[in-house]
Amino acid sequence: MAAGLATWLPFARAAAVGWLPLAQQPLPPAPGVKASRGDEVLVVNVSGRRFETWKNTLDRYPDTLLGSSEKEFFYDADSGEYFFDRDPDMFRHVLNFYRTGRLHCPRQECIQAFDEELAFYGLVPELVGDCCLEEYRDRKKENAERLAEDEEAEQTGDGPALPAGSSLRQRLWRAFENPHTSTAALVFYYVTGFFIAVSVIANVVETIPCRSSARRSSREQPCGERFPQAFFCMDTACVLIFTGEYLLRLFAAPSRCRFLRSVMSLIDVVAILPYYIGLLVPKNDDVSGAFVTLRVFRVFRIFKFSRHSQGLRILGYTLKSCASELGFLLFSLTMAIIIFATVMFYAEKGTNKTNFTSIPAAFWYTIVTMTTLGYGDMVPSTIAGKIFGSICSLSGVLVIALPVPVIVSNFSRIYHQNQRADKRRAQQKVRLARIRLAKSGTTNAFLQYKQNGGLEDSGSGEEQAVCVRNRSAFEQQHHHLLHCLEKTTCYEFTDELTFSEALGAVSLGGRTSRSTSVSSQPTGPGSLLSSCCPRRAKRRAIRLANSTASVSRGSMQELDMLAGLHRSPAPQSRSSLNAKPHDSLDLNCDSRDFVAAIISIPTPPANTPDESQPSSPGGGGRASSTLRNSSLGTPCLFPETVKISSL
Amino acid sequence: MSGCSKRCKLGLVKFAQTIFKLITGTLSKDKIEDELEMTMVCHRPEGLEQLEAQTNFTKRELQVLYRGFKNECPSGVVNEDTFKQIYAQFFPHGDASMYAHYLFNAFDTTQTGSVKFEDFVTALSILLRGTVHEKLRWTFNLYDINKDGYINKEEMMDIVKAIYDMMGKYTYPVLKEDTPRQHVDVFFQKMDKNKDGIVTLDEFLESCQEDDNIMRSLQLFQNVM
Repeated sequence: MAAGLATWLPFARAAAVGWLPLAQQPLPPAPGVKASRGDEVLVVNVSGRRFETWKNTLDRYPDTLLGSSEKEFFYDADSGEYFFDRDPDMFRHVLNFYRTGRLHCPRQECIQAFDEELAFYGLVPELVGDCCLEEYRDRKKENAERLAEDEEAEQTGDGPALPAGSSLRQRLWRAFENPHTSTAALVFYYVTGFFIAVSVIANVVETIPCRSSARRSSREQPCGERFPQAFFCMDTACVLIFTGEYLLRLFAAPSRCRFLRSVMSLIDVVAILPYYIGLLVPKNDDVSGAFVTLRVFRVFRIFKFSRHSQGLRILGYTLKSCASELGFLLFSLTMAIIIFATVMFYAEKGTNKTNFTSIPAAFWYTIVTMTTLGYGDMVPSTIAGKIFGSICSLSGVLVIALPVPVIVSNFSRIYHQNQRADKRRAQQKVRLARIRLAKSGTTNAFLQYKQNGGLEDSGSGEEQAVCVRNRSAFEQQHHHLLHCLEKTTCYEFTDELTFSEALGAVSLGGRTSRSTSVSSQPTGPGSLLSSCCPRRAKRRAIRLANSTASVSRGSMQELDMLAGLHRSPAPQSRSSLNAKPHDSLDLNCDSRDFVAAIISIPTPPANTPDESQPSSPGGGGRASSTLRNSSLGTPCLFPETVKISSL
Repeated sequence: MSGCSKRCKLGLVKFAQTIFKLITGTLSKDKIEDELEMTMVCHRPEGLEQLEAQTNFTKRELQVLYRGFKNECPSGVVNEDTFKQIYAQFFPHGDASMYAHYLFNAFDTTQTGSVKFEDFVTALSILLRGTVHEKLRWTFNLYDINKDGYINKEEMMDIVKAIYDMMGKYTYPVLKEDTPRQHVDVFFQKMDKNKDGIVTLDEFLESCQEDDNIMRSLQLFQNVM
């Protein structure tokens, strides 16, 4: 109501005249009133649509963009108006806020776009008026949920997201959580599923009566007692597998306490505990009764299937989220049962040989009637009893039918959410591929440009001019930037082909004297160049020695981890170790160590100091450093060379 | 007795109607009568020239005042609740409702229960641009709650209590129980010339004009606009 207050201020100050005669002390002097210029009309031009308003209107909220001096930044002196390059439809709502003091939320606009506009104009989302607040919050929450699902899906996606140095524990946990990441996990998944099924079936079959052999009397025995050994063996096997699985999960869990408290772990424990208790408890007759009861808990093994079935999980979530409705249903049923049971009891009290011996006895009748089961084991015989009985059955239908739609709608909402998540995961792959393509496009442009000799200082030749001319202003600046970076570090950008070749060469064991990349690229005059950063190079060499093992292991997956850093490293010592130094060294490279180049692929990016690579990786498949043949036709490039002396 | 039986009969009729509706399943019709009552009472002020002639404001000032007024009260009238709300926002620490109530009565010269723009502007004109005499008269009118032409101790007590209520609980030094009473006593000692327990308009005017503090303070709110 800041707008309102400003309007009423003169009135409030004037009304203070009423205090004057009562004042026992002299009142303070009034604050100096600067000459008010009188109200003027401002013109706000939002993307061509002109909005005009009083200056006072905007001044009502001085801590927003339009109310403060921040708007002067947008003032266009030529036209005398404030120009904003934003959405004019949204601005309408913003301006109405100044006029009425209430911020309304447009229903057909994207909530995030609205949020961005609010942030731009300096309005906090809490200013949304009461009429639109609830809807605004709901939509925002929905959006946030969806985005969180997206992120979660990305993180837990089955992309190769494991860090290279992940421990056995992490890999194990990941295998457990996402079985389709590796075949071993998948096999384990199906095996456990199979054994759960076997265990449950065994439990069931155990109780079927098997015809015993003709020796005995015609007394039938359940199969469990006929073949105790077989069933015991099967049970043992299942329990062993379950125990092993549980222990493995416990070991692999990132947070053991949390895992212990989770529902699935509890189910696991309950599934295998009866067996062990049975082992420990001696075959005593009094205790075995209790022991037999414990066997009931073996049926909980069926809940282990919820790890395998998404539908079961959804059902579980639904029930959990509808807990209040279920509670209400239960409560109202209980109330109705008690009422009707009492009524039926008293109605049937007179009859002799009646089934309604007590009110609790009448509970059974009421429940059976209200759920429209109607077993018929208890029937009223008096007329009053029959009347009340019919009312009871009618009301039962109503009471049970009421909470059911709520539960159903909850279930459908969760189910659709899951479907959406699956759909999004499938689309995510396509999206990521597209993004990768776009990214590689940029880098490829640069590489293309380089290959066509665009970086040459002495620019001459028709083709080169053509290639240069076809770049937009932005591309020019971007390429210049990349070039500067290459010069700063002593590395170069290159493409996947070169890199994978180099990689193949490295994994052969290190001594990459001659690589195939030599033949793939036109060789220039002498390929070996002296190192421009010798100290760093030496360090890298030592580290390399230590990580040779990892180098040889180097799977593409681990390389993927280092995505985002696209380095062009030292070239390998193709020609020989005693190559001539390349003459054109622009940088201050003093030392003339001739060292063989090695790729520092597995070394984590943190090792290499000059890290500030622009993020133009050629997609996820790139590694942190790539090999680069020294001669791509550009003599002024200085790839770094590293000596593998210590190897 | 007859009234009781009449009520019983009415009750029975209504009950029978409800049962009938229940059986036949008719929905209750929307109360259209209520909607008709909700039509807004809209008031428009007299012309700008007239107001300019009647008050001490210029046209521009009247325009600004009216724009603000119309924005806040689109119906053109202010009722007591709005007054109280406005004052509560200006003085959030204490309870400004009583003072707002007296103020409203002072503004509402015709005692209609609502303040129109003309009343509003007239009062503002007196308070901001009026002569000393007019201001003091207006203040006397404010203090005279029952508008009988005299201020007695109870009325003064109410006014002073209302003003102290606006201060709220958290004051320094702590507000004592009989501070208002003391204040009123001091006031009466000053104002009540003939010590008859009531203050008339002349006594009031005379006493105020003698007091330099009051005279000086009256000039304070001159340029509030």
